[in-house]
Amino acid sequence: MHGFFETDILSDMQKPFYVKVLLVVTLLLGINAFAQEKDHSSSEEKGSLKTEIKEFIDHHLLDSHDFTLFTIDEEKNEHVGFPLPVILWDNGLKVFSSSKFHHGESVAEVDGNYYALYHGKIVKTDAEGTINYDEDHHVTNVKPLDFSITKNVVFIFLVSALMLFLFGRMAKSYKTSSMPKGIGRLLEPIILYIRDDIAIPNIGEKHYKKYMSYLLTVFFFIWIINLLGLTPLGVNVTNNIAVTFALAILTYLITTFTANKNYWKHIFWMPDVPVFMKIVLAPIELLGTFIKPFSLMIRLYANITAGHVVLMSILGMMFIFKNWIGSPLSFGLAFALSLLELLVAALQAYIFTMLSALYFGSAVEEHHDH
Amino acid sequence: MEIPTIVGAGLIVIGAGLGIGKIGGSAMDAIARQPEASGKIQTAMLIAAALIEGIGFAALFAS
Amino acid sequence: MEKLIEQFSFGLFFWQLLLFIAVLLLLRKFAWKPILDAVEDRESGIKDALAAAENAKKEMQNVTADSERLLQEARVERESMIKEAREMKEKIVTDAKELAQAEADKMIKQAQVAIESEKKAAVADIKNEVATLSLEIAEKVIKGQFSDKAKQMKLVEEMIGDIKLN
Repeated sequence: MHGFFETDILSDMQKPFYVKVLLVVTLLLGINAFAQEKDHSSSEEKGSLKTEIKEFIDHHLLDSHDFTLFTIDEEKNEHVGFPLPVILWDNGLKVFSSSKFHHGESVAEVDGNYYALYHGKIVKTDAEGTINYDEDHHVTNVKPLDFSITKNVVFIFLVSALMLFLFGRMAKSYKTSSMPKGIGRLLEPIILYIRDDIAIPNIGEKHYKKYMSYLLTVFFFIWIINLLGLTPLGVNVTNNIAVTFALAILTYLITTFTANKNYWKHIFWMPDVPVFMKIVLAPIELLGTFIKPFSLMIRLYANITAGHVVLMSILGMMFIFKNWIGSPLSFGLAFALSLLELLVAALQAYIFTMLSALYFGSAVEEHHDH
Repeated sequence: MEIPTIVGAGLIVIGAGLGIGKIGGSAMDAIARQPEASGKIQTAMLIAAALIEGIGFAALFAS
Repeated sequence: MEKLIEQFSFGLFFWQLLLFIAVLLLLRKFAWKPILDAVEDRESGIKDALAAAENAKKEMQNVTADSERLLQEARVERESMIKEAREMKEKIVTDAKELAQAEADKMIKQAQVAIESEKKAAVADIKNEVATLSLEIAEKVIKGQFSDKAKQMKLVEEMIGDIKLN
């Protein structure tokens, strides 16, 4: 028995490499052909599956008014999750539970006003829930100011609480010993990295202290919330333009309000250039101050959105191929991409912090002779 | 004849890809020449790449 | 771009801004400030300790250098002392030698003088003795000689012949 195995392995080893490759390729091709033949009969079904996946991805990218973990049956409108409060400002504050929408299936009636969900947005409507469109297929219904606690707001709350808890405890641990304890051992090097490699080189020894709070908060906030987006909870906060806009506008405001005379002088009256160039440069430089935070906003939003779209598309391929090459392939790709997304989550937080520090640095830069 | 926006998106991706590739390549060269300065080079590389990426995304969304 | 503006949710923006600023202010007061201060304290403590160690090292080096110098000085002093002692010894020895030599010379001189005077006295004595003896001998000889005339003559002649020879 032992001898048999040995000779078998030996003969296998002695086969030339290309024979083995050929063998595998023919095997794969055979299966593929078989699978294609099977799929051919149901190409129409495949088309509808594609649109379904596309809709699912689109839905995932949007914010929602209820917390749905997963759907049991789309037809019967059975979902596992819980509703979230809806807060509207429409001639007075109106608060009600999102369960009234029944996941967008029905119209909610509050104090004689009717509201409906249209693509995740609340619009004012009538009792029948009619949606009016203009010729460009835009909704013309009135949109009340929506301060609802949506899924993303819940996660912003959660991350805020988590950060307060983590760093509050870490700060307390320093009272008893000068060395960090527990999770602080992991977080302290990151805090030191932000101080020594982001804040001090970009802002300078003299001014960096007043920006440290913002830089640390924004870094950890983006990082943690990006990481949460990779969990199966199905949230993604930073792919909402509103969130990144809020972060970018803070960077812009801090840059603008802490800027010194030198900064403004460089914008409106660039030194050491002819007067004509000064006049030409001023609007460009002024525009630049808006473009900088704008690019921060777009970069974070687009990176996270692109990551989620690609990841979910690859996962969706699994349902389209439905054979045992496509599924492992899409699984492997999705796994590799998830690892990449882990890197991107930290990298985007780093770049946001880094560029913010760079802008703060330019705002407080002392005048020096060129 | 109208050029579809997807062609513009492709052009943007080509441009941004070339730019980021060039930055990465130059950074590699620089690190090979001065391995002790790799930290600073990486930082500068990331900033430059992020700027190009920002322009690329802005153009993609505009298209 | 249009899609982005359409997607913009004012509620989300409001909550994000509100919560983020709240977290920022709370963390600044209760987390970042204590953490950064603690870290800074620790760093300055380490820096101080290092500086103190450096100082101690320097002092140590100074002390070693001092003792080395003292040792060197002592060695030089010892050597000079030995040298001095040796010189003194030599001087004493030479002095003693000279003194002894002088004494000896003096004694020898005295002895010589004494010997000389003794010798002179002795020589004078001997001369007197010899003179008396020769006078007595001469007396006796002459007494014997002058008894015979011929012999007297012969003597005279011999004496004359001696004179000729001279």
